[in-house]
Amino acid sequence: MSRLLARLFMAVVGIVLAAPIVVVAGVSFNAQRTLTFPPVGFSLAWFGEIFADAGWRGALLTSLAIAASSAALAVAIAFPLAWFLWRWHAPWARLFQVLGTAPFILPPVITALGFLSFWATAGFYGAPWTVVISHAVFLVTLPLVTITLGFSSIDPSLTEAAATMGADDRTVLRTVVLPLVTPYLVSGYAFAFVLSLNEYIIAYMVAGFTVETLPIKIFNALRYGYTPTMAAVTVFFVAAAALVFSLVARFGDLPRLLGAWSSRES
Amino acid sequence: MTTARPQKLADYAPLVFPAVMLTVFFVVPFGIMVAVSFFRRVQGAFYEPDFVLANYARFLSVFFGEVLGFSLVLAALVAVVAVTIAFPFTYLLARLPRRRQVLWLVALLSIVSLSEVIVGFAWSTLFSRTAGITNVLVALGLMDEPMSLSPSFGALLTGLSYHAFPYTVLVLYPALARLDPTLMEAARTLGASPPCAFVTVVVPALRNTILATLIMVFVFALGAYLLPQLLGRPSNWTLSVLITDQAIYQSNLPFAAAMAVFLVLVSLALVGLSLLVGRKEAAQ
Amino acid sequence: MTSLVLENITKRFGAVAAVDRVNLTVPDGSFVCLLGPSGCGKTTLLRMIAGLEEPSEGRVLVGGDDVTRTPAHRRDFGMVFQSLALFPHLSVGENIAYPLRIRGVPRAEQARRVEELLALVRLPGFGERPVAKLSGGQRQRVAIARALALQPRLFLLDEPLSALDAKLREAMQVELRQLQQRLGITTIVVTHDQREAMTMADLVVVMNEGRIRQSAPPVEIYRRPADTFVADFIGITNLLRARRGPDGAVRVAGGFLAGVTLPAEEAMISVRPEDVRLVPPEAAAITGRVEFVRDLGASIEIYVEAEGQRIVAVASPRERPDLQPGATVGLALPADACVVLGA
Repeated sequence: MSRLLARLFMAVVGIVLAAPIVVVAGVSFNAQRTLTFPPVGFSLAWFGEIFADAGWRGALLTSLAIAASSAALAVAIAFPLAWFLWRWHAPWARLFQVLGTAPFILPPVITALGFLSFWATAGFYGAPWTVVISHAVFLVTLPLVTITLGFSSIDPSLTEAAATMGADDRTVLRTVVLPLVTPYLVSGYAFAFVLSLNEYIIAYMVAGFTVETLPIKIFNALRYGYTPTMAAVTVFFVAAAALVFSLVARFGDLPRLLGAWSSRES
Repeated sequence: MTTARPQKLADYAPLVFPAVMLTVFFVVPFGIMVAVSFFRRVQGAFYEPDFVLANYARFLSVFFGEVLGFSLVLAALVAVVAVTIAFPFTYLLARLPRRRQVLWLVALLSIVSLSEVIVGFAWSTLFSRTAGITNVLVALGLMDEPMSLSPSFGALLTGLSYHAFPYTVLVLYPALARLDPTLMEAARTLGASPPCAFVTVVVPALRNTILATLIMVFVFALGAYLLPQLLGRPSNWTLSVLITDQAIYQSNLPFAAAMAVFLVLVSLALVGLSLLVGRKEAAQ
Repeated sequence: MTSLVLENITKRFGAVAAVDRVNLTVPDGSFVCLLGPSGCGKTTLLRMIAGLEEPSEGRVLVGGDDVTRTPAHRRDFGMVFQSLALFPHLSVGENIAYPLRIRGVPRAEQARRVEELLALVRLPGFGERPVAKLSGGQRQRVAIARALALQPRLFLLDEPLSALDAKLREAMQVELRQLQQRLGITTIVVTHDQREAMTMADLVVVMNEGRIRQSAPPVEIYRRPADTFVADFIGITNLLRARRGPDGAVRVAGGFLAGVTLPAEEAMISVRPEDVRLVPPEAAAITGRVEFVRDLGASIEIYVEAEGQRIVAVASPRERPDLQPGATVGLALPADACVVLGA
């Protein structure tokens, strides 16, 4: 009885979670330039427009470039920090861990406004690369959390064993530690990548008038009415996120990455 | 590994790059924002350095009080709705077989990472006259003709709760995944039906987690800046919308900064509280 | 009254049968230990008795009633978990009162019963303490008191003492047995510790690979193991290959074994080390070479190699045989101590 109720409850939640995406996906297949659901006719034209229309294509490429480079930068910041905190006992260095976590927990408007004030003061307001740095600092939390988790799962006796065999710090890092944390590093990158792709307010405040990322493009387009192209872009976003997270799940232990103890055996 | 203290200066080398990046691009911008909140606004330009409290004084207006009050009530409402649904959901999720659990997690991650722009667009489509749920109701004969459900407070609350739900699940997930399953079994052998055991054991055993999650979701909802514009009426605008509006469209950076500082203080106090509550539970 | 009967109980997980056609009758008021190596299905069997797991086949009868489909919370059994599963948000007293509270027993009655149970497990005055502040042994007692709060029809314990250190465990075994005898409650304990089983049980049920290999009183399990698995699993034994010659005489390790008959041409014989006697080689049927002497203080184990088989003999320190590795010894295997087992 209660098992049936539980299944029903989960199913209802699943339907509500899927509903807006299903409707948007349906709308994106409309044959005409209208937002109707169920779709009238079937057409992939709106997906084609993402690539055919210079505006959408440009926004897509900009978003991908920013996401790829800011995620890389975020990992570059997070990895040495996580390694240092794991390798050495230095309580005051935890301060940087807090700094790395804070931007993500605070309302994003605040971080965005901080960046706006900063870049405006520094005189780089509107430069595309400022978005990359801003996103990297904003999203550094994600690789920091996953990589820290990765380090904590390494048995300390492994590095001690390597040390007794004559490996110095660098060699241990390269031959033992790095291979073990690579999955966590990759998933940290993936998380940051997807979130950067979807990020709106920081990109908008920092360089909204000069750089057009996909979310900015959608929001700007929303003012002039809804088109099926937006629906197609939305489908693209969901698909991209699902793809990336599926890959993370395929090659890593997703429940563990999200904070469950190692996968339940029994 | 964490027992040794750094020996030589070179041991600190890995810390340099992260420390510089986080200081220059997070601490300094934050400081500038705080400074700007005391600056004087100049029409036609950004602002000029000064030390005025005028930006904070504007908080004392009725309008601001209403917006703040509305933002807090809305965020609290969203937090309660999201946690009320997410808690039993996450409990069931954490007990699923691994494969199905991973599928759910991928779906939740995909949705939680969606931009507010996308969520707002999706829900306004769902609430629209032409492609919305009212069409389904009409098809079922429950309604006469399709109608638009947005903008409205209900639409905003739905959209925000939707946006916050996967986040809430992911915040609750570690605690519920680590919950000893034999606690439930023990309750059952002691005569509690599964729903009774859930209410008398799982919920009270995790009451601090629930409280901490409520606060986290509250802060999360407080940060929403697009959904109120896309799904709500102007009277449903929140502090975050106002900050964006002042910063971008009114070019009043000092006032926006003052509001942001205020929001930070509220958020920090709440996050600190939730960490404190969480630590208390971990110590038990 | 509350006898337990298991009829043909089977539990399959996919293609694997974790519990395979188990039949067992537990008389009212008896203490049964399910004993076996890890993964033998004993815990799964206990969970099916408790109603936490549904059998794929078979029936569970308690006091004559079929409870196979009755959910755990309607069975009125008390169970102690390996993890103890004490509710962390409740005090000692609240933990014990939990089953009474959810049944709406009046507060005064709850308090009275909690005091009674705390006295029973020898923790008087502990009611207000938080669970986290207790020692391992105290937590153990609280878990037992909570499981007994409802005067359950069956008392089930899953490896209840495994978290305790060796000394405390031995003391708790005796205490648990005395408690059970005082209450006269039908009790089933899952354990992998044969000492525990021997100390407490009226009936030991040895399981392996989902099946019951033998169920008998402890001494019988030890003296008369049903098969090589039981003989090997319970205590230390010498498992020796025996052959029957055409003349009917039985040979073991190069010597004749008088007074033993084999059911087939070849069989295994189990002899406990304490039954193997050391004798002068010239008078012995079996002779061998000493490989290793292990002096444990309280006893001395002598490892002897005879015709390719290893035979362990135990001598008491009082005998103190003067043996060095390499010496030749004679061994006598008393016929009444030899248990003939299937191959």
